[in-house]
Amino acid sequence: MRKLALNDEILLSVEKPARYIGGEVNSVMKRRDEVAIRFAMCFPDVYEIGMSHLGIQILYDMFNRREDVWCERVYSPWVDLDRIMREQKIPLFALESQDPIRAFDFLGITLQYEMCYANVLQILDLSGIPLLAAEREEDCPLVIGGGPCAYNPEPLAAFFDLFYIGEGETVYDSLFDLYKACRSEGLSRREFLRRAARIPGIYVPSLYEVTYHEDGTIASFAPTEEGIPAVVEKQVEMNLTDAPYPEAPVVPFLKVTQDRVVLEIQRGCIRGCRFCQAGMIYRPTRERSLACLKEHARRMLENTGHEEISLSSLSSSDYSELPGIVNFLIDEFRGQNINISLPSLRIDAFSLDVMSKVQDVRKSSLTFAPEAGSQRLRDVINKGLTEEIILQGADEAFHGGWNKVKLYFMLGLPLETEEDRREIAHLADKIARKYYELPKDHRNGKCQITVSTSFFVPKPFTPFQWASMFRPGDYLGYAKTVNHEIKAMLNQKSIRYNWHPADVTLLEGVFARGDRRVSAAILEAYRQGALYDAWTEHWNFDRWLRAFEKTGVDMDFYTLRERGLDEQFPWDFIRVGVTKQFLKKEWQRAHEETVTPNCRVQCSGCGAAAYRGGVCVEGSRKVPQAG
Amino acid sequence: MKVRVKFRKQGNLKFIGHLDVMRYFQKAIRRAGIDIAYTEGLSPHMIMSFASPLGVGLTSDAEYMDIELRTPVSSVEAVAALNRVGAEGIEVTGFYQIPEGKAGKAMTLVAAADYTLRFREGRAPDCRWQEAVPSFYAQEQILVWKKTKKSEQEVDIRPLIYGMRCLPESPDTIFLQLASGSAANLKPELVMDTFLGTLGIKPPPFAYEINRCELYADTGTEGSRHLVPLSGLGTEIL
Repeated sequence: MRKLALNDEILLSVEKPARYIGGEVNSVMKRRDEVAIRFAMCFPDVYEIGMSHLGIQILYDMFNRREDVWCERVYSPWVDLDRIMREQKIPLFALESQDPIRAFDFLGITLQYEMCYANVLQILDLSGIPLLAAEREEDCPLVIGGGPCAYNPEPLAAFFDLFYIGEGETVYDSLFDLYKACRSEGLSRREFLRRAARIPGIYVPSLYEVTYHEDGTIASFAPTEEGIPAVVEKQVEMNLTDAPYPEAPVVPFLKVTQDRVVLEIQRGCIRGCRFCQAGMIYRPTRERSLACLKEHARRMLENTGHEEISLSSLSSSDYSELPGIVNFLIDEFRGQNINISLPSLRIDAFSLDVMSKVQDVRKSSLTFAPEAGSQRLRDVINKGLTEEIILQGADEAFHGGWNKVKLYFMLGLPLETEEDRREIAHLADKIARKYYELPKDHRNGKCQITVSTSFFVPKPFTPFQWASMFRPGDYLGYAKTVNHEIKAMLNQKSIRYNWHPADVTLLEGVFARGDRRVSAAILEAYRQGALYDAWTEHWNFDRWLRAFEKTGVDMDFYTLRERGLDEQFPWDFIRVGVTKQFLKKEWQRAHEETVTPNCRVQCSGCGAAAYRGGVCVEGSRKVPQAG
Repeated sequence: MKVRVKFRKQGNLKFIGHLDVMRYFQKAIRRAGIDIAYTEGLSPHMIMSFASPLGVGLTSDAEYMDIELRTPVSSVEAVAALNRVGAEGIEVTGFYQIPEGKAGKAMTLVAAADYTLRFREGRAPDCRWQEAVPSFYAQEQILVWKKTKKSEQEVDIRPLIYGMRCLPESPDTIFLQLASGSAANLKPELVMDTFLGTLGIKPPPFAYEINRCELYADTGTEGSRHLVPLSGLGTEIL
C-alpha cells in the first residue's frame, strides 16, 4: 500500500479526502530510482477542476511514455487543507508518489486563467520553493509555466524559471534531454537555463531586461546576454493525427467537472472573432483525422469505463468531418448506453437532427453566442452570426420541440454604444416571439430564454489588444441598461438575465495585459491572503486594491488607457504566427465595421501560413499529387 | 440474471465515499466488459444497489452490491475481470447468482454486521480496558442518550449488541456483532464510546480504526436469530 503524505486524522477532517490520495485507475506509478527526471504537473486550482483539463492529460501521458521521466500530478489544496498544511508545516506533495514537490526536478504549472495567479504562489509556498525565481537555490525544482496565459507571461515573470510558449507536444523532449546532459556534466542551474533559452519556444525571463519610458510604457525589451534569442517562437504541433493522445486517461474517484472521455477533434478556429485570443494564438486550424479519432474514442472508452464522451474544439461545426465523427459515435456507442455530448455546435438542421438523437429535447437547452446585441457590433467584433441565422435556428429548434434557449453576450466591447446594449434585449424578445408564433398545440408551455452577459477583457495577440477597458461603475451601468430593456419587452416573463460582477473583470484585465511590474502586486495580495480568486466565495477585491495601492502599481494604467498603435507591448517578443501588422489591420477594420471572412472562405494573410500546414494548405491538399 | 458482488474496501480507499464507490463500480463494470442490465426510460442507468453504505474512514472485508446481468458470466471470470481493471484497495472476492425478485435485495436483507475495532496508534486508553469487556457485555441493559430530530431520549442498546469480545489472537482488537440495516442499526463507535464511558474514559477524536468484517441476513423465524452472510444466499456461477 502507498504510504500517504497526510495522516488519517487530517484526511478525515478535510472535505473530500479523495482529492489528496492519488491511486486512481490509470494513474502512473514508477520506481523513484529508475527514472532520471521527476516532473510534477500542476493545475493551480482544486482537484475536480484540475483533473478536468485535457492539456495536462496529454502531457502526463506523453511524459510518462519516456522511461526516464516520471510525471506526477499536483493540485491546489482546498482552503481547509491549506490551513492545516501551513499550521503543521506539511510540505506539498505529488499525488502518485506522495513525495514532496521540493524533491522534484521540474514543477510545471499550467496557466489557464488569470484568476489562478494567487494559487500559483500558494503551490510554490506550500512546496517550500522560494516565490521569487531569483532566490532559488541549485537543488530547487525548475518552475516552468505554460498554457494560454503564458502568451503574456510578464506579470508572472518573477515567479518562474522558464515558460513554455505554445503546444507541449513539440520541444519537451529536447528540454528533458538537455536537462539530463547538463546534470551529468554538473552544470549549474543558471547554465541550464541559458541553454534552455535557445530551445525554440522556451522563454527564460531572467535572461531578459525591460526598460520603460517616462510615461510607463515599454522602451526596450532585450536579452541580457549574447546568444539568447530576442524573439521566442510559439510551438505548434502540425501533425495532430500522429501526435500522442492519452489512450488511458486517469479515472478519478471523485466526480470531477469533466467526468467523461474528451475527444479533441481539432485545434484552432477559422473564424477570427476579434475579441478571441484562442482564435488567434492557436492558428493555424488543424484537424485530427477521422480514422484516428474513431480509434481514440474506442480505446479511451474501453480503458476508462466512462459513460460519456464529448467532442472538444473551439468550433466543432467547422470540423470538416463532423457528420462522420458524430454518426460514428451515435452508431457505435448509443447501444452501449454511452452519452454523447456535442458542445460548441452551430445551430442548424444538421446539429438539431443529431442533438435530438443524443439528448432529451425537452430537458436540454440550445445555446447561441451572438456575443453582441446588434448587427453593427457583431460586425465590429467579426462574429459572423446574423440575426437571420439566429432566428432561423431558434425557429427550427422550437419546431423540433426545444423550448429552452441560452444566449451569451459580452458587454464593454470596444466601440459599443447604449443602443447595442439595448439590442440584446430586443434579440431575446424576437426569439421569444418566434416561439409564440408556433401553434399552441405545438408548444411545450412557456419558453425559457436565459441571457447571460460577461464583461469583455482585452487580450494579447487579438485585434482588441489596443482597446481600453472601463470603470466598475460603467460596467454595472451597462448591465443595468440590458436589465432595464429586458423588463420593457413584451415577452419579459420568458426572459431571464444574469450578469457577472465587474471587479473580477478589472483584475483579469490588469493581468492579461500587464508587465513585469504587476508581479509586486500579485505577491503582496498573496501575502495578504489572496487565494482561489476564481471562486466567488473566496474573492476579495478590496484585498487586491490594497495590494496595488501598497506596491504603487496603478491598475488604471493597464485597464483604462487606450494604447497607441506604435506602443511596444510586454508580449511583443513572442512570435505567434499571426502578425502585429495583421492585428492592427483588423483593429482598423473593426472601426470600419467591416467583416473579415473566415480562413476557408478566403485567406486574409494573418501570418499563420508560416507554419505551412492546417487550414492554410487545405486548398492545395486537394491538388492531385504527382507520382 | 441477478448477481451479488462481494468486495473488500481496504487501505487508502477508506477515504472514498459511498457515492464514489458506486461510480467506481459503474466504470469498472464497463472496463471489465461485464454486460450489465440498465433501467428502461429516457435516461437509463445501471441496475445496481448496495447493501449498506460504509462511512468514510472505515475499511471493510465484506461490502455487497447487487446487479443484474444481460449476459451471464462465470463467477471466476467476473472476479478476475473486475480485479484486473480495478484500483488498489478494492478487491472483488465473490460473484454469486441470487434468486430473482425484490425480496432478495441485499439492501432490505441486511440485519447484522461484524466489526473489528482497534485503537489508532497512540490513542489507546492508558489502562487494562480489555478486562472490563466481559462485564460490560454481560449487562442486561445498556442505556444511552440518543438524539433525535426533536428531542433526546434514553434507549437501551443492549438488545442490538449480538456479540462483543476481545480477539484471543489479538487482544487489543475488539470484535463486535451489531444490529444493522433499516429495522435497527447500531454503530460500533457508539458501543465503544459507551463502554469506555463506564470506565470514566472519554476517547480522543479519531480514536478507532474500524473494519467491517461481514454483513448478514437473518433467516431465523419466530424471533430466533439465524444470521447468514449475504454471500451465503447466492450460488457460484459456473
